[in-house]
Amino acid sequence: MALLVTEEITKTYRLGDIALNALNHVSLSMGRGEFIAIMGPSGSGKSTFMNILGCLDKPTSGRYLLEGVDVAHMDRDELASIRNKKIGFVFQGFNLLSRTSALENVELPLLYDGLPAKERAERSAAALATVGLAGRENHHPNQLSGGQQQRVAIARALVNKAPIILADEPTGNLDTKTSFEIMDLFVKLNEESNITIILVTHEKEIAEFSRRRIFFRDGVIVSDESSGPQRKDSVQNEKKI
Amino acid sequence: MFFFSVYSAASVVKNVFWFRLSRVREDMINIPSTIRISFRALRVNKMRSALTMLGIIIGVGAVITMLAVGTGAQQRIGEQLASVGSNLIMIVPGSTTAGGVRMGAGTHSTLSMGDAEAIQKECPAVLYVAPTLSGVAQIIYGNQNWATSVTGTTTNMLFVRDWSLIGGRPFTNEEIKSAAKVCLLGQTVVDNLFGGIDPLGHVIRIKNVPFTVIGVLDIKGQDPRGQDQDDIIYVPVTTAQKKLFGTAFPGMVRVIMIEAKSTEDLPAAERQITELLRQRHRIGLQQDDDFTVRNLTSMMQAAEQSTRVMAILLGAIASVSLLVGGIGIMNIMLVSVTERTREIGIRMAIGAKTWDIRLQFIIEALILSLIGGFAGLIAGVSASKIISVLAGWSTVVSPFSVLLAFGFSGFVGIFFGFYPAYKASLLDPIEALRYE
Repeated sequence: MALLVTEEITKTYRLGDIALNALNHVSLSMGRGEFIAIMGPSGSGKSTFMNILGCLDKPTSGRYLLEGVDVAHMDRDELASIRNKKIGFVFQGFNLLSRTSALENVELPLLYDGLPAKERAERSAAALATVGLAGRENHHPNQLSGGQQQRVAIARALVNKAPIILADEPTGNLDTKTSFEIMDLFVKLNEESNITIILVTHEKEIAEFSRRRIFFRDGVIVSDESSGPQRKDSVQNEKKI
Repeated sequence: MFFFSVYSAASVVKNVFWFRLSRVREDMINIPSTIRISFRALRVNKMRSALTMLGIIIGVGAVITMLAVGTGAQQRIGEQLASVGSNLIMIVPGSTTAGGVRMGAGTHSTLSMGDAEAIQKECPAVLYVAPTLSGVAQIIYGNQNWATSVTGTTTNMLFVRDWSLIGGRPFTNEEIKSAAKVCLLGQTVVDNLFGGIDPLGHVIRIKNVPFTVIGVLDIKGQDPRGQDQDDIIYVPVTTAQKKLFGTAFPGMVRVIMIEAKSTEDLPAAERQITELLRQRHRIGLQQDDDFTVRNLTSMMQAAEQSTRVMAILLGAIASVSLLVGGIGIMNIMLVSVTERTREIGIRMAIGAKTWDIRLQFIIEALILSLIGGFAGLIAGVSASKIISVLAGWSTVVSPFSVLLAFGFSGFVGIFFGFYPAYKASLLDPIEALRYE
């Protein structure tokens, strides 16, 4: 069974009398353990698509199945719970809480999952170690470099054992060397922990780390190409273009 | 159809309630962390937090001070009330008419020892009866003299006034019957005539009649009207009638003091006394009483009531400042929600539910108001102490007012924190994440 399936997803924004289709009947299937880059110019609908995948937004019509469950029409709190348990977010601007230590930033998803303090601290320290930040638990974001901050964000995405990481231009604020280090980390997480990684990027070099690239333009998918060896358990594309 | 809809409405209510309960229980684990997060947020803007609290500090401080002053005044009045005696009824004779000019209450002498004895015997709601005949007289001891009120009465007076002796003994029945020349002195009289000497057994002269001091009354202080109750001498009522003041007819008394069995018995006692005296004085149906029954206790309770109303009024004014303080908290929390839109977006993206966000801001408002309430408590207690020292009023900070202040500031925090928290919880996570 595919991990993520969108069926004929449409998202319409109304600006006065004009209806704007940000997404136009997008159907897509993504399997467990895939590493996907979503590309396209601004206004192509890729951000809207990512917001829907991340359960931050609801489609105007169509179905979105996450692990076989239709989440398109759940209420706010149910979506919050899905985001908490199934999806880890990594943003371009890191989006860490300032004045809050690295460890406490990583603990946040566990806090909202209602775990006791001791378990939160243990799991968060382990997640920080996974991204190579052992020993920096008590540093605050302003004491860390951009690459380190992004690692804290990745640790936060990992800590609740979510099967999916959604990364929105995760290297947009980083220099080339640091960008490649972050991408290596994503590749490692994908290969070693079988985490599905979906990232939005402008840069071709960054997209090359992925094994499947989907291009958006004007709210539709214009190309969906795979390269390199696909993992055995990942589902082949249902829709080849 | 109707029953069905009632049933479904009830089940919805039950489900929502159960849902809330289970949510809250789940959140319990988070509360210590949420409190920590809130403290951190408040520490970041120390100056702003302090200024926000100021409204609550002033409000709670004012409420505590007002209540302390009010309770103090009430307690003092209560003590004075108790010093006069409880459940008191006073009977004074009516007025005389001399050539068409009425002379005022007490000028007509109509009450007698017989009346007093009859009241004691025949009015079941009456506990003690003490007839009195008093006047002002010059008293001499050695080379000292003093003018004071001399009251002829019976031993019952000590029960009616709830007055004990600090030395000596009360009158005996024999002394009252035989009009013995013995007296009990109030503390003010002792101080003025005897200085440091124990007056017991000494002889003083009242209107040049020698009296032996057989007892000294305990100190009572001022009555509710501010008169010194200790400036008094008690002598047997018969002695006052025959040897000091003289009477228009044998056994005449001026005033009869009465203690009713209980506060509830006061109206019954008044009624019984009035009926009995009208009968004894042979007053016809159309005629007015030739005496007046005064219920002293209810008069004084009215005075106590008015101070209580005053305290409530002052408390109400003070609570307006608490309200203003609460609005200050709401204002700052709204600013805080706007400033932290992005933080709220991050928390929502990561899985914070509606009530997680709400609880965070409500707890912040609650911490602000409770810390403010505690500081206000300290301010109020200090202000009460300063007032009692400077103005000489007695102030009492009761546990009730402390509880009230905390309860009220907690309520203000939750009430005025809820709207900002509600607003925060309704933010769209995507918009919030984009907020710069």
